[in-house]
Amino acid sequence: MAEEIILLLLIVVAGTGGELCVARAMRAVGPATEFHPAALARLVLRAARTGWMWLGLSLMALAFFSLLEMLSLESVSFVVPVTALSYGVGALGGKVFLQEQVTGRRWAGVLLVCIGVGLVLIGKR
Amino acid sequence: MKTGTSFSLKTYLLIVLMVILGPLGNVLLGKGMKRIGAATAWNLAELLHFLTLLSRSGLVWLGVACLMAFFAAYMLVLSWADYSYVQPASAMAYGMVALLGHFLLGEAVTPLRWAGVLVICAGVLVVGHTPPRTTEIK
Repeated sequence: MAEEIILLLLIVVAGTGGELCVARAMRAVGPATEFHPAALARLVLRAARTGWMWLGLSLMALAFFSLLEMLSLESVSFVVPVTALSYGVGALGGKVFLQEQVTGRRWAGVLLVCIGVGLVLIGKR
Repeated sequence: MKTGTSFSLKTYLLIVLMVILGPLGNVLLGKGMKRIGAATAWNLAELLHFLTLLSRSGLVWLGVACLMAFFAAYMLVLSWADYSYVQPASAMAYGMVALLGHFLLGEAVTPLRWAGVLVICAGVLVVGHTPPRTTEIK
């Protein structure tokens, strides 16, 4: 059971943490203003030079392999709906880690998305 | 904010791209891999044969291209929009998967799943009524 809890934490926390780090890397790079291929390539290269991007990609890879391991232990119908929790963790991370203003309205939307994702994933069976 | 409308428009466009490209990439990759079949043995010759089949599959290339474009759109939109805005908004992809599965692959979608899609849409609408960016642009 302890292994399952650790894996679930890794899936939700490392997965969302990885995305937050990528968001932080892109925030450090600054908003894209030009959209031609050369400017986009420069933006990607600048992002690749930030530590946050590599940390984010590593965390996302860790979450992915944890998901694979978890799927070998538990049924898909149990594991996948848990990923809906990522939306709650994501909003919290955005507020704490990226200093975003998560208003009551945004929290309400996130809660609806969590419920909806849970229903979609349960409805798959 | 002078650039507010332009940022909102770009944000919506990129989220729509993400919602289309992500599920489409997964569906194409899934179809391509099913056509190729699973690798049966893990010796060098079999692996080389498997990689050759992969490199010749148009569906796999198209799927990978869609997923790369998805990640590029994701990185771009995060360069100016809030993560707590983009993440729930991109959950519309679950609706897109249900639609693609139903209309392209003829899969049965249960009423519970459609209900979930509607609740996600409602959630995205609520999040969509908040400003895409709440922090200072440097």
